[in-house]
Amino acid sequence: MNASPMKHVLGGLLILSFLGAVASAAEPSRPPDRVARGAYLVQTMACNDCHTPWKMGKEGPEPDMTRMLSGHPEGMPLPPPPKLVDGPWGIVASVTMTAWSGPWGVSFTRNLTPDPETGIGKWTEQNFIDSIRNGKIMGKGRPLLPPMPWPMYRSLTDEDLKAMYAYLKTIQPVRNRVPEPLAPEDLRAGAR
Amino acid sequence: MERGTWEGSRGGIVAIAIAVLAPPVAHADPDSPPVHLADTGLYSDPASHRVDARNLHYSPQYPLWSDGAVKSRWIFLPAGKAIDASDPDLWDFPVGTKVWKEFVFGRRVETRYMEKVSEQEWRLATYVWNDDETDAIRAPDEGIRNHAEIVPGKRHDIPGIADCASCHEGQRSQVLGFSALQLSRDRDPGAPHAEAVTPDMVDLTTLIERKRIASQPRDWVSHPPRIAAKSPVERSALGYLHANCGSCHDRSTSLASIGMLLRQPASADESQEPVGTTAVHQKGKFQIPGDAPGGAFRIEPGDPARSTVVFRMASRNPMRQMPPLGTKVVDAEGLDLIRRWISGMGSDVRVTAHAEEKP
Repeated sequence: MNASPMKHVLGGLLILSFLGAVASAAEPSRPPDRVARGAYLVQTMACNDCHTPWKMGKEGPEPDMTRMLSGHPEGMPLPPPPKLVDGPWGIVASVTMTAWSGPWGVSFTRNLTPDPETGIGKWTEQNFIDSIRNGKIMGKGRPLLPPMPWPMYRSLTDEDLKAMYAYLKTIQPVRNRVPEPLAPEDLRAGAR
Repeated sequence: MERGTWEGSRGGIVAIAIAVLAPPVAHADPDSPPVHLADTGLYSDPASHRVDARNLHYSPQYPLWSDGAVKSRWIFLPAGKAIDASDPDLWDFPVGTKVWKEFVFGRRVETRYMEKVSEQEWRLATYVWNDDETDAIRAPDEGIRNHAEIVPGKRHDIPGIADCASCHEGQRSQVLGFSALQLSRDRDPGAPHAEAVTPDMVDLTTLIERKRIASQPRDWVSHPPRIAAKSPVERSALGYLHANCGSCHDRSTSLASIGMLLRQPASADESQEPVGTTAVHQKGKFQIPGDAPGGAFRIEPGDPARSTVVFRMASRNPMRQMPPLGTKVVDAEGLDLIRRWISGMGSDVRVTAHAEEKP
């Protein structure tokens, strides 16, 4: 694919509005309305735009829903990001929309599926809420990185965040170990 | 904006977002701690920095690394009240308890403060000293980045309330560093950055003798708590991890699901899972850059270079450093201790350390 990153962003926003399917069946222990609310929020808040790898479909770029919300593909090593000339252009995304390079380094979108080893399967509801509220992994770890819009999402109510967590726990687990992010010094040192 | 300029402000995007969205400072709010440190009750004579004699000076045997800051700590317990230690790992402090910790980087820089205002609520604040150390004023809720020089090129951040809460809230007890193990009279001579004990300091024994601790289930005077370990290096290493990592990596916190438990219990308990076994020979999610995917061992016996605990302790890259906040300078002494401990492990090692009463 040769489409520019911004085209991907715009394309994602457009396609997002057509993502209609609402949650799969809820687990018996979770109120179905909460799961459905979570599905609605996850889909309308563009989580798939970055956390689901994109592929080229018949109509152009589209999220690969067979890998829904599984983050940057483990088996997709990337070359160093292109070095941009000085100027207003400063952010580059992979064609999958799951790897982003900018002033902060390189970030890889996280696996949000309930896979216990590589996703958020072991996270508690509070871990999820704390991550969004504090902008840190599990509320205490390293900072969440751009383009994750947690500064906006942190204003969600507890009930909405609980609904999103409840929905994410119902989706198909995908085993996919996302790489660690890279800092600018890693890139200068050639770390990958 | 030039790319080079952006790189120079690494982390700034996140920080700016926090700053913009943080609530404004509430000066002189009756529900907030006082605006001036002098009004918290720390000093009997603020001008001379003379500490009120009712505030008890103490020093944990395993200090938290704070980029080399010289720290002093005091606790105030309301008259006639005692800490309920019936749960040795969950001390219940009386309402009205106050705790201070002063940070000196060449001069007083900040003094952190906690006050228990009800059975459910602690209030947290930090006070920033002026240059001539005549006054310290409550910092804004979002903290102050890069406030004072630590070493050339590194500057100390005054933490925001959310930063304070991320370590102190969700604990068994919000007061860190004031526990049976930390105050034990059987102090570890190998603890990194151990502070000299001065005659005015209280410890576990004096607190019990003065009846400021009550209902403790064990005789901590005759048998002061001590980490059980196979060697002095292991004892110190586990104590270091307890102080620097265990406040988050504990079964009682929201990070219990990570499954790495580095906090030492106050007393030996046959029913408790050995703490060290959750790290030694255990894989975590973190990958050392350049390694094949699959996760690395948190502690690989005999091989500190392949141990993610060491890798992350040795980093001050904000994406991977541990601890993730409160430090910008690697603790060389602590790191050397952990490396020596891991290097000395055999491949069949099982760490079974826990705190025990010294016989």
